[in-house]
Amino acid sequence: MSTGTVGRKSTSRYFPPSFLKYFKRKLKWSLKKEAQSSAVTPPSAPVPPLSTGSSLTKIEVKNKHNNSFTTTTPRTHFDTADSPKMTSSNPSQKKRRIALGCEGSANKLGIGIISHDITTGEATVLSNIRDTFVSPPGTGFLPKDTAAHHRAFFVRVAKTALSTAGIPISEIDCICYTKGPGMGAPLTSVAIGARTLSLLWNKPLVGVNHCVGHIEMGRTITGADNPVVLYVSGGNTQVIAYAEQRYRIFGEALDIAVGNCLDRFARTLEISNDPAPGYNIEQLAKQGGRILLDLPYAVKGMDCSFSGILTRADELALMMKQGKKGPDGEPFTPADLCFSLQETIFAMLVEITERAMAHVGSNQVLIVGGVGCNERLQEMMGAMAAERGGSVYATDERFCIDNGIMIAHAGLLAYETGFETPLEESTCTQRFRTDEVFVKWRD
Amino acid sequence: MAVSSPEGQGQFPLPKILTYPSSTPPTLITQGAEGRVYKTTHLDPSRPCILKYRPPKPYRHAILDARLTKERITAEAHVLARCAREGVPVPAVYATDPRAGWMMIEYIDGVPVRQAINEFLGKRPETDQEKVAAEETDNVPLIELLRRIGATVGGLHGTGNVHGDLTTSNMMLRPFSTTIAAEGSKARMVEGDVVLIDFGLATQSSSEEDRAVDLYVLERAFASTHPRAEKLFQHVLDAYEKSFKKAGAALAKLEDVRRRGRKKSMLG
Ligand SMILES: Nc1ncnc2c1ncn2[C@@H]1O[C@H](COP(=O)(O)OP(=O)(O)O)[C@@H](O)[C@H]1O
Ligand SMILES: [Mg+2]
Repeated sequence: MSTGTVGRKSTSRYFPPSFLKYFKRKLKWSLKKEAQSSAVTPPSAPVPPLSTGSSLTKIEVKNKHNNSFTTTTPRTHFDTADSPKMTSSNPSQKKRRIALGCEGSANKLGIGIISHDITTGEATVLSNIRDTFVSPPGTGFLPKDTAAHHRAFFVRVAKTALSTAGIPISEIDCICYTKGPGMGAPLTSVAIGARTLSLLWNKPLVGVNHCVGHIEMGRTITGADNPVVLYVSGGNTQVIAYAEQRYRIFGEALDIAVGNCLDRFARTLEISNDPAPGYNIEQLAKQGGRILLDLPYAVKGMDCSFSGILTRADELALMMKQGKKGPDGEPFTPADLCFSLQETIFAMLVEITERAMAHVGSNQVLIVGGVGCNERLQEMMGAMAAERGGSVYATDERFCIDNGIMIAHAGLLAYETGFETPLEESTCTQRFRTDEVFVKWRD
Repeated sequence: MAVSSPEGQGQFPLPKILTYPSSTPPTLITQGAEGRVYKTTHLDPSRPCILKYRPPKPYRHAILDARLTKERITAEAHVLARCAREGVPVPAVYATDPRAGWMMIEYIDGVPVRQAINEFLGKRPETDQEKVAAEETDNVPLIELLRRIGATVGGLHGTGNVHGDLTTSNMMLRPFSTTIAAEGSKARMVEGDVVLIDFGLATQSSSEEDRAVDLYVLERAFASTHPRAEKLFQHVLDAYEKSFKKAGAALAKLEDVRRRGRKKSMLG
């Protein structure tokens, strides 16, 4: 690196070449998006609050959709019939397969519709609608309230996804839903919604592992072929690499997940949860950087731990509120705390990822999951990958934050290999490890 | 700007110590997880040694980076010296300069255990795990290696140190001075003494918890690196159990650590 990247303004960030490629693609999507959004009416924004007296509950509607993208990765399919004109009813004439995916393992309800070209495997996002349950500052989202939110909004989000995609229901091949891991009550609410659609429209169900959804979506969007994957979200911290038909977990957090650590610290500081606590920590951290407060650094091989760091950060926050001075004799601010927290935990994440890369001999890294949106994490990872002669691949919030399209995409990949989840087995599970899934669609 | 060529290797600026004349030029053996590992004859033409250099990490905050680099080199050299004194097979330490970020150690003439195991497993036709476990007779040389790994790790723990990053990449296989298996046989691939390396995350500890985490890290690294031999890992633990007095307690704790590990993947 020519200069240290710490504390530089975001306009002058260092990005490895792959990033430029990624931004170009992103630009392409946003152009398409603009072109399309003029033709499509976005769903009505204001939505009534939950009928229960939760006046504190703010619910926001996000309309991130109409994103088209393409991949060059060819895939194997059942039939390769290609007819000049698409007629949706005759399966032998089909040019594409379409899946609707429902996600609700945490506080985001997402429904997306994807199509895979039968001959080329090219994936196209037809719609990607999300609605986030936002809890008030200082609180986390409780399973019961989150489940109620998902139930209340399922129909609305599904309808918007369908109208945005502009396809007839008859064209949909399967209904995919998140089987796990996640919070029980919200998962169940969404599974019930998915089963209902399946029965209503007479379509097969496909249960999807949430983590595999993130990985497959990330691979497709970025074009990273066989990367080491850092999966970082509110509930998971895993370093993953593919080998012999499974996504194998090389390293993970030994206690709480990194996103959970950030979310809980946001609660300590009573930072807003809107749009996401981690996002607000990131913005605050950009104002810090005067000092680096000493936090424990806990890496064990390819594993790491965050609870000790959280405890210490909470202690420092208390000292700050009591007006105590920092190590340089000056008072410190929430921004300094957020900066120090990010610098420390992201350095740990980059370190365990680097260790996994050295171990499996790969120089590509893909970041997925909600924390993966953090630009500082992407920047640090980029600097590491560049040193190893490789590059980092990341997606923006439309895809790295939980969404329905990734469930549709991973589900459709499995469906294309002949996988279906019979209705009586369409349950959910809070614990569902990434390496439990047999990945039939890769070599 | 250091490097960013696709190959990466060979274009790193040498650490200053390696710019002094020596009988043969230093060669970059690998870009490990943390540092660059050079082979050099810097000390003496007949004594190849390893220079492990931890360059500043550009992604890390400079203060944090300096702290970690210094801590780790010092810890690594300390634990290596202690292990050598107590008879645990590790490379000898020749010199260190924590502030410049390097350490010079004995060269181990062998391959990483990861590579040896993969070569051994690679010789058999594609097969599933059950089969690997079933064909026990075929696996005897591998099982013996796993037992040596267990005994060596136990030896380390017995000295009151934990490794912190136990994987099959962080163990070298040094060929026995007199070989047993026949030339070219499969058994030859996994023959040799297990030498532990890479002590950058090692700490002095005799706690059951730390020992158990060490084993847990190894267990998972083993399963993900050698999925086809996953079922054989128990042999490592069996040999570990017999290797020092407190091993039983550490193994009991391992159960706890595993349970915690399974519990944590709860949320999406
Ligand atoms: N003493 C040694 N003798 C021979 N090879 C070594 C020695 N030390 C390290 N190596 C080689 O360098 C690689 C990386 O070294 P290691 O100490 O594990 O560094 P890192 O912390 O970067 O992983 C090892 O996997 C091994 O192949
Ligand atoms: Mg190593």
